[in-house]
Amino acid sequence: MLEKRCYRASPPGVDPDRLGGLLIVVEGPDSSGRSTQIRMLSEWLEQKGFAVAQVGLKRSALVSAELERAMQGNVLSPRTMSLFYATDFYDQLENSIVPALRAGSIVLADRYIFTLIARDVVRGANPAWVETLYSRALVPDAVYYLTLSPRSLVDRTLEAHGYLDYWESGMDIGHSRDWFESFVWYQRRIREEFGRLQNRFRFETINANRSVRTTQNDLRKRIDAVLQQALAKL
Amino acid sequence: MFDQKPVPGKLIAVEGLDGSGKSTQVYLLHQWLQGLGCKVYFTEWNSSDLVREATKKGKKRQLLTPTTFCLIHATDFADRYDRQILPMLKGGYIVLCDRYKFTSFARDTVRGNDPGWVREIYSYARQPDIVFYFKLPLETALGRILEGRPDLKYFEAGMDLGLSADINESFRVFQSRVMSQYDLMADEFGFTVIDATLPIHRQQERVRGLITEQIDLARFRGKV
Repeated sequence: MLEKRCYRASPPGVDPDRLGGLLIVVEGPDSSGRSTQIRMLSEWLEQKGFAVAQVGLKRSALVSAELERAMQGNVLSPRTMSLFYATDFYDQLENSIVPALRAGSIVLADRYIFTLIARDVVRGANPAWVETLYSRALVPDAVYYLTLSPRSLVDRTLEAHGYLDYWESGMDIGHSRDWFESFVWYQRRIREEFGRLQNRFRFETINANRSVRTTQNDLRKRIDAVLQQALAKL
Repeated sequence: MFDQKPVPGKLIAVEGLDGSGKSTQVYLLHQWLQGLGCKVYFTEWNSSDLVREATKKGKKRQLLTPTTFCLIHATDFADRYDRQILPMLKGGYIVLCDRYKFTSFARDTVRGNDPGWVREIYSYARQPDIVFYFKLPLETALGRILEGRPDLKYFEAGMDLGLSADINESFRVFQSRVMSQYDLMADEFGFTVIDATLPIHRQQERVRGLITEQIDLARFRGKV
């Protein structure tokens, strides 16, 4: 399998040399079809005989409930939110991702540190500080970033939910009191941050304006190449 | 990120091993300043309402790793720093902290986290105007805890480090390592060392004397 490493030092007790499997990350805004794509990838990989584990944000046993409650109240400072999310992230890294990789599974991550970094930076965090915070994370074997045109993002979001989400509209930042305006502005800022991150953390951009099937085929082709490369090293 | 812009308030932190008597000292200090009519605010480690539930659960079920132990306490600290400590300083209060970021630097480094990483996480938190380090021989601190309160908690005793199967022995080794970290930091961060073997009132005299020398208390009086 492919060699694993962390961006900087690994967390105490985590030995990347003992990890196998693959860590595959799918990033992208809500309504980009991310979850659907991941579900289809999972089925496809299982059909091929690989064990698959799925992880995402705010799903840790340690703090997900408390984090959710804190968000409902919306009284946390952006810095506290960053650290709360980081706690959630590392809890899953150490208790879900690492054990699954040790067992040789393919881990499909529904978003990873990039979303977390982008959100924090858009909220005014110092980029170097946030990147240090996440510097203990494992480097994924592949990162696919689903992108949508701003127009499709708006259309799909409204069509899917009939309303705009408070956090996904960046309403906590106070850029505009108009939700629609704030949503468009916030999603553009996130996209800009991803652009900045892309230069340093190599990810592949996937055009998600296409049909679900076309996008899926594109992802499968790319993941297949990674799989072949990993299997060749077995 | 490092915000050391002048504020009208003053920040005083107390640090030291469990059993060093620092909580008693900061309590007496608080009483004294209140008695003088000063604007004073007290906050202690690990006490944010929002985060404490998660920390308690993590400790009780032993869910914490060195990394998440560090981060959950950092979350707690950030909540108190942004919503209490910094606003109070800007509002012209003397803020007393029972433990500050140095507690994390000591414990989390002993747990195997990279010292540079831990320091960077807290890099936004101001250097206090005075840090009192209540220093005493390891055996004295251990004696005070092990005689008085034998039911040590898992993380408190550093059991997660696998130092010893015996909880009292684990506590000894863990505390000795934490103490080495404090001693190293005393120079790095300019701690004011107080001899914690002295009688309580002597220590308090010294603490009050140093504060009177370094802080113009008249500025903080009669405004509440």
